[in-house]
Amino acid sequence: MLDMDYSPLLLSLKVAAISTFVVFVAGVFIAYMLAKRDFFGKSIVEALFLLPLVLPPTVVGFGLLILFGKKGWIGSWLLEWFDFQIVFTWIGAVIASIVVSFPLMYQSAAAAFESLDERLSNAARTMGASEWRVFWFIVFPLAWPGLLAGLVLSFARGLGEFGATLMLAGYIPGRTDTIPMAIYFAVESGQMENATFWVVMISTFGFSLILWVNWWSKRNIRRFTKS
Amino acid sequence: MLHVEITKQLAHFEMNIHFEMRNEIIVLVGPSGSGKTTILDTIAGLAHPDHGLILSNECTFFTTGEKPMPARERKIGYLFQDYALFPHMTVEKNIWFGVRNSERNERHEMIRQLLEVLGIKHLLQKYPHQISGGEKQRVALARALSTQPSVLLLDEPLSALDKETRKQCQDELLRLHDMWKIPFIIVTHDHAEAERLGDRIIYLEQGQITDEKRKRSIVSTY
Repeated sequence: MLDMDYSPLLLSLKVAAISTFVVFVAGVFIAYMLAKRDFFGKSIVEALFLLPLVLPPTVVGFGLLILFGKKGWIGSWLLEWFDFQIVFTWIGAVIASIVVSFPLMYQSAAAAFESLDERLSNAARTMGASEWRVFWFIVFPLAWPGLLAGLVLSFARGLGEFGATLMLAGYIPGRTDTIPMAIYFAVESGQMENATFWVVMISTFGFSLILWVNWWSKRNIRRFTKS
Repeated sequence: MLHVEITKQLAHFEMNIHFEMRNEIIVLVGPSGSGKTTILDTIAGLAHPDHGLILSNECTFFTTGEKPMPARERKIGYLFQDYALFPHMTVEKNIWFGVRNSERNERHEMIRQLLEVLGIKHLLQKYPHQISGGEKQRVALARALSTQPSVLLLDEPLSALDKETRKQCQDELLRLHDMWKIPFIIVTHDHAEAERLGDRIIYLEQGQITDEKRKRSIVSTY
């Protein structure tokens, strides 16, 4: 057995789980609100949401430093009022993870809501359902396969986030060393066995996750469409 | 009584519709895009007129310059084209969806009767994709009536059915109207169907009423 420090696994799971939760709630809410409305500049807003998907992670990290760095717009305010610092903490890793995985959740949720038949929601409305009830009992369950795909993609993205995390949270063993960081710094210091272990682990995990989602979605779609 | 007075600018024409009805069956007939479904949608509160007045008994659904009453408060039964049954719910859950928890006990007997009349009791545990077109139509009717609506709107309710099932369902609609005694507005392309079902037939073209026929005496056809 390798002489391993398993803290990167726990930290990665913690960071990915928290960021996925935030991204899921925000992504679903924002995508649903935007799906229901048409307004001037909607395309610009959507393009902004998707921007982290096409930008190099270092650019995202740079932007986050401008916002959350000690002298950043939000960072300096947090430091002054709450004596709280985001850079070089695991919370920084969560924020980086949120920013890079949000577009995946938003895109999946928007596609899921757009593909729904509006008449089903309208049928529920004519039957006396409030917007809240329409969302929970009609929209959410029918969009769930798409939302789940977004959820899993976001989780996987959060788990694998490297560039922006390195810039915002840095590499502090035991505090901000997620699996991708551990891989990078293991290679840097010539610990190839450790690096291989983490590479195999994260690859197997990602592969299993995608397999499961594909299987689950197909099974669920079949349930409502075939006898 | 239902009073409908609608002015609405649509993509290619302005719709101007005015009619009043009692507890009778009005059939709207017209080519595709003549505004038939838009009339149903504005009565149901899923679309709003630019100007006009929509009243159901003492209730104002819409009047120019005021906030329209939301669809959920209008007590309208709406049978959509292709039925719009919730695919992830069983027939039973579809039918009970519009019934509030506080009303469940008092609605029980009415829904039991409805299931009996429509002959769909044996379908309760099935999902919509597991039942035939005619059965879907009956389930959708039961669902629309389960909320005890004051008006029933039916958008091409029989168009997806074969000839034989269609005739049976026409009989069922007439029987239900006799039982419920509320205004029914039915949209159809089929002139023979309109003659069979309608106490009044309103012909539409480009958002205008071009003709109206009224049956001299209202005689049940079964």
